[in-house]
Amino acid sequence: MSVHKGFELEPLEVRLTRADLVRYAGASLDFNPIHWNGRFAGEVGLPDVIAHGMLTMAVAGRVVTQAELGALVSYTARFTRPVVVPDDDKGALVELSAKVGAVLDNGDLRVDITARFDGKTVLGRAQAVVRPTEAG
Amino acid sequence: MALDQSFVGRTYPPAPVYEVGRAKILEFVEAIGDTNPVHRDPAAARAAGHPDVTAPPTFTTIMNLNLINTIVTDPKLGLDYSRMVHGDQSFEYHSPVVAGDRLVTTASIEAIMHRAGNDFITLRAEIATVDGAPRVTARAQLVVRDAEAAG
Repeated sequence: MSVHKGFELEPLEVRLTRADLVRYAGASLDFNPIHWNGRFAGEVGLPDVIAHGMLTMAVAGRVVTQAELGALVSYTARFTRPVVVPDDDKGALVELSAKVGAVLDNGDLRVDITARFDGKTVLGRAQAVVRPTEAG
Repeated sequence: MALDQSFVGRTYPPAPVYEVGRAKILEFVEAIGDTNPVHRDPAAARAAGHPDVTAPPTFTTIMNLNLINTIVTDPKLGLDYSRMVHGDQSFEYHSPVVAGDRLVTTASIEAIMHRAGNDFITLRAEIATVDGAPRVTARAQLVVRDAEAAG
């Protein structure tokens, strides 16, 4: 497989429901009530319960790791917009895509990730640097 | 109100040792939907060259978050926790975190900025094994929105 600048990774669509947020809260030990309590979220000015930024970042990272391009050197993301998760069975649809934005001088790949919810990006400058495991 | 710049460079005492367990890794990958067998099956992890199952990339958020909470609730720093949001997060990977690792996290305040009425504070966490093998450097930028502008 030849990986070059512009190479597109397999995209991913993930639905996040309230149940997913509760599960992630327990797994990550992040029990901030804005991620599970609609009343509290409203009191602090949010439209409803929102997903953990770190959950969105974790799910976005799967686009990179599932491509098995090599070892992860770094992973960065900015949390620019909330993913609002309604109290229903459908949850919030997060659409993830990624492409190689640059091949660095040392051969590492900079993968630029896009995460969208409701037609807008929710992560800014989401980038993973991957060191290819095999040459050629 | 701008945060006290003299906190830049401050290093906090290490958090208690965190022992990475297979069950916790499994719980975490189930929560994020990661099906890669290197996180779930010790045999698959060994076949990939690891001593045991590896943690997924954002797993150390468990330690990082704990430490963020310790620092931002330091009364001397005077940060208004209710106005704080997680602005960005980065991880630098030095070597894979594996089940059985006993990890020590040392936190410091790397930067404090005041811009357009908001405070920005960057926390760095060095995560290493008790034997000193570096695993991950995590950086979190927290944003504290201006009380007057937000009110």
